[in-house]
Amino acid sequence: MAFFQKTDASGVLLLARGDNIAVATAELPAGTQREVDGQKIGLRARVDVGHKFAVRPIPSGSRIVKYGAPIGVATRDIDAGEYVHTHNMTSDYLPTYTLEGGRQFVKEVK
Amino acid sequence: MTLTGYLRTDGRKGIRNGIIVSYLVECAHHVAREIVHPFRSQGVQLIGFSGCYPNAYSHKMMERLCTHPNTGAALLVSLGCEGFNKSALLETVRKSGRPARLVVIQDTGGTRKSIAEGQAWIEQTLAQLEATPRTEMGINELIVGTKCGGSDATSGLTANPAMGRAFDFLVEQNAACIFEETGELIGMENWMAQRAATPELGQEIINTVGKAARYYATMGHASFAPGNADGGLTTIEEKSLGAYAKSGQSRISGIVKPGDVPITGGLYLMDMIPDGEVRFGFPNINDNAEIAEMIACGAHLVMFSTGRGSVVGSAVSPIIKVCANPKTYKRMSDDMDVDAGRILEGRATLDEVGREIYDLLIDVANGKPTKSEALGHQEFVLTYKSFEPLGPACFPSAA
Repeated sequence: MAFFQKTDASGVLLLARGDNIAVATAELPAGTQREVDGQKIGLRARVDVGHKFAVRPIPSGSRIVKYGAPIGVATRDIDAGEYVHTHNMTSDYLPTYTLEGGRQFVKEVK
Repeated sequence: MTLTGYLRTDGRKGIRNGIIVSYLVECAHHVAREIVHPFRSQGVQLIGFSGCYPNAYSHKMMERLCTHPNTGAALLVSLGCEGFNKSALLETVRKSGRPARLVVIQDTGGTRKSIAEGQAWIEQTLAQLEATPRTEMGINELIVGTKCGGSDATSGLTANPAMGRAFDFLVEQNAACIFEETGELIGMENWMAQRAATPELGQEIINTVGKAARYYATMGHASFAPGNADGGLTTIEEKSLGAYAKSGQSRISGIVKPGDVPITGGLYLMDMIPDGEVRFGFPNINDNAEIAEMIACGAHLVMFSTGRGSVVGSAVSPIIKVCANPKTYKRMSDDMDVDAGRILEGRATLDEVGREIYDLLIDVANGKPTKSEALGHQEFVLTYKSFEPLGPACFPSAA
């Protein structure tokens, strides 16, 4: 049963053990420190509610795993704590279209 | 637990007793809308088909909707020269025992006379429908659909798995439950095949999703809307994973196409992607096209999840809106029936929200209006499509 675990108060939801990304259930500012699945993670950028970040290093070309299922592939090396979205992963099936706002949204935070 | 339904001559039971006013070509749309207007809060609802040329799919859709268990009577509004087979539709509705009437604008003498004739018929029929027999109805006689729209990443975390849980409660009691959006399940097909009642059905599920993937690839587009990316979803697979959660955990009993009514309880996948070569035009131009298709499969009710905040309802069957995102709920609570975002806030569990959806569904089946019903939402859309009949592998329970 991979669909639900009780949300912990820290605003981080790891949907299934073994996932390499976790979902923010609260707005998490850059620099937020959390322990996820026994790993200490420092967020490199702000992560909004429903958005996701890497909980371990993900090499370019490997699968992004959520709920235990592949949701796409990393287009470059992703570090633990890095925001994961259209700028560093892509679909195995169909291209993703974004609005101007969407593109701004995924601009890298230095 | 039993419900009270409106008994129809085919033995099916409805949870509403509305009058459908249907225009059979865009040229009759205004007249039909004007006929409905004074009665729109009395269960009189507008549906229609805009095309001038006949189409087997839209004819079947119209037949199913005009003889839907929630439909008590039907008024057909024709310009006169369109291709829709109006006499066949009228005959089907009359044979079902429902009051039915055809107003042909060209024969009646134009807009004003047609509106007057239609409204006079509605007044008389509303009175007549008060005598519709009501009878006990079991949960196993219910057909429920599920749909998501205006999704964001919270949809797949809260509302969709909670609706999936409500589906599991319903399937346990042998209700028929329909999930769909095969184009939004791309990437989930192998996982779904493992849940199928038979290996042959599993293969049909894979084929069905494959057809959707080819269709979208040919069209150069997908069901992935830019707003989804703003909400945190990155790929079609990630969105699919969330959409997939609506189906719950039950065994998949079969596949239906729009207008096919499940003959037994269980969980069904609706294949809404047209068959044959890809033709110009999106297979489903918006959420309401799919809602109408599930209703044509007999759905008495449709659960609809939204993260970004959709406000839609539907003609014929009530829509229960489950809001996935707590921020959206705070902004748009007047439109939302269930606050599933509490799961994200740690204020409720998935099981609790699933149960709440189920309990509300029973209340709505017993007559409680949903938010969208109370607000007068009666969205409807029907376009051209073509389908081929399903093979026996899609109905293992019929074998």
